[in-house]
Amino acid sequence: MDILLTEEQKMVRDLCRQIAREKIKPVAAEYDEKEEFPWPIVKILAESDIFGVYIEEKYGGMGGGVFEMALATEELSWGCGGIALAFAATGLGTFPIILFGNEEQKKKYLPRIAKGTIAAFCITEAEAGSDAGGTKTTAAKDGDYYILNGTKQWITNGGEAEIYTVIAMTNKNKGARGASAFIVDKDTKGIDFGKKEKKLGIRGSATREVIFTDCRIPKENLLLKEGMGFIVAMKTFDHSRPGVAAQAVGIAQRALDESVAYAHQRKQFGQLISSFQGLQFMLADMSIQVEAARAMVYRAAKMVDAGEKNIAKLSAIAKTFASDVAMKVTTDAVQVFGGYGYMKEYPVEKLMRDAKITQIYEGTNQIQRSIIAANLIKELKKK
Amino acid sequence: MHIIVCIKQVPNTTDVRINPETNTLVREGVESVINPFDMYAIEEGVRLREKFGGKVTVISMGPPQAECALREAISMGCDEAILVTDRNFAGSDTWATSYVLSQAIKKIGDFDIILCGKQASDGDTAQVGPGISTHLDIPQVTHVKKIEKIEGRLARVERMTEEGFDIIETPIPCLLTVVKEINDPRLPSLKGKMRAKKAEIKRLGAEDLNCDFDKIGLDGSPTRVVKIFTPSPRKGGVVLTGETGEIVEKLVEELKAEL
Repeated sequence: MDILLTEEQKMVRDLCRQIAREKIKPVAAEYDEKEEFPWPIVKILAESDIFGVYIEEKYGGMGGGVFEMALATEELSWGCGGIALAFAATGLGTFPIILFGNEEQKKKYLPRIAKGTIAAFCITEAEAGSDAGGTKTTAAKDGDYYILNGTKQWITNGGEAEIYTVIAMTNKNKGARGASAFIVDKDTKGIDFGKKEKKLGIRGSATREVIFTDCRIPKENLLLKEGMGFIVAMKTFDHSRPGVAAQAVGIAQRALDESVAYAHQRKQFGQLISSFQGLQFMLADMSIQVEAARAMVYRAAKMVDAGEKNIAKLSAIAKTFASDVAMKVTTDAVQVFGGYGYMKEYPVEKLMRDAKITQIYEGTNQIQRSIIAANLIKELKKK
Repeated sequence: MHIIVCIKQVPNTTDVRINPETNTLVREGVESVINPFDMYAIEEGVRLREKFGGKVTVISMGPPQAECALREAISMGCDEAILVTDRNFAGSDTWATSYVLSQAIKKIGDFDIILCGKQASDGDTAQVGPGISTHLDIPQVTHVKKIEKIEGRLARVERMTEEGFDIIETPIPCLLTVVKEINDPRLPSLKGKMRAKKAEIKRLGAEDLNCDFDKIGLDGSPTRVVKIFTPSPRKGGVVLTGETGEIVEKLVEELKAEL
């Protein structure tokens, strides 16, 4: 893959790979077990400038885009899909500011994020997941302020992040067109956090409710303008989905690497199990899928960075395929390990648990397929 | 504060093979890395600069490809790098090497502290650091595990010993060789890597350094490597069991048989 990367991109990949191998991999099982937030790793990522890879240089970043974010996410996720979210979900919370923030907002927030301040994106609610139109959180204008009320659910980095981008209704009667996007600082009065959720996988990441109770934020923290909330959310997801897809590729690649290494040392019937064709074909199929998924992610990310207008379909295709691959390949990895694979002493059961979320969050794969189909039909009408 | 860090590029020790016929290191296909102990010297140098200001100059004597090691040092935060390289240096032993490096340091001029790793992982001599301080006629403290404080022109350091540590005060300028207990070397940063890619690595040869040609290279080296061999692996021990008296008798017999 080297020939496809610039010098700078190789640096991003190599450094993230080094961090994943030397710093994340050795502690991943411990964070998974204890469900703690990986602050020591966040510090390493911050000192290595990783948080700034997709932020413009004039705001203290490295000047890359979605492609660099995806490269970093893939490598870090190889080390641990949960720990990598401290970085990747910060990206999700940051893209609304990158894409729609005005100069003041960018100047205020992006340099902090580039230095390693954690961010989070708050859209999901108890009754508004795939159906974002069901959002109940409100933002009522009051002079120079908006007053937020409502509860966001399953917010990655919730409680740990300093900066929150929040979707709330400024006009309930307008449905999706009545939503707006805001930036909320953690130290604002009226923002609280629920208990940390216990999860199947990505347990090294923090997931909490974010609760707004008469939370007054200055009107300068409105992104774009009133009524643009869902545009902000949809465009953000178009940019962040290659990141989720990259997370899936990283997890899948790790499953493949672990499987090949194990198959080549485990003996049964007096020979290495890697010498059995049944197993070889499994490994080969895993490899084919990982490569295909990576190619799709790279292409989607490059198209986004190139300024391609309709990226929703490509982004959704990459996310769906890569996450389905991650689920399939990690499940196969457990199979390659046999009984050992089912045990916590070996790394593959965690990979399988971590993979599952990639099919669910940032839009379930069913929603992705709806997006893809809707775009296919739209394209037909244009012909 | 001006800190000079001396580093060496060595073959990655996880992958050392010796050609049994020539008794030399097989270098083909072996990755080159910064001597692991030197990583602690680099980290300590950068930390001193972060605390006291000034700059860190990293130097290495070696073939042109040692430039990679110097760039890596810059990516970890060193400010400037100098490669001391010349065909005439080939075959230098630890004495000649420390002479050349001391000439390079004289050329650099003012400095406060020189940091070296305690030894290189390929030769394992631990002589070049002390050699440099001897040539420069400045104090040295080896096996430093902590720089306690620096006040005025005095440094207070902890020198690791087998039983514990000594606290030593030394005037500045001085040379310290460091052990791995001193710190946890940082990873490079992306901005550091970018800077390292663009950085100009100054090259100095024997003439630039006004080296006495009788003191460098194979001819200028007072020691000769006569033979290198792989020691045969140690055989496992034998555990004698039974009553004390019996064991003693068995032991005496075994020892006699060995004589």
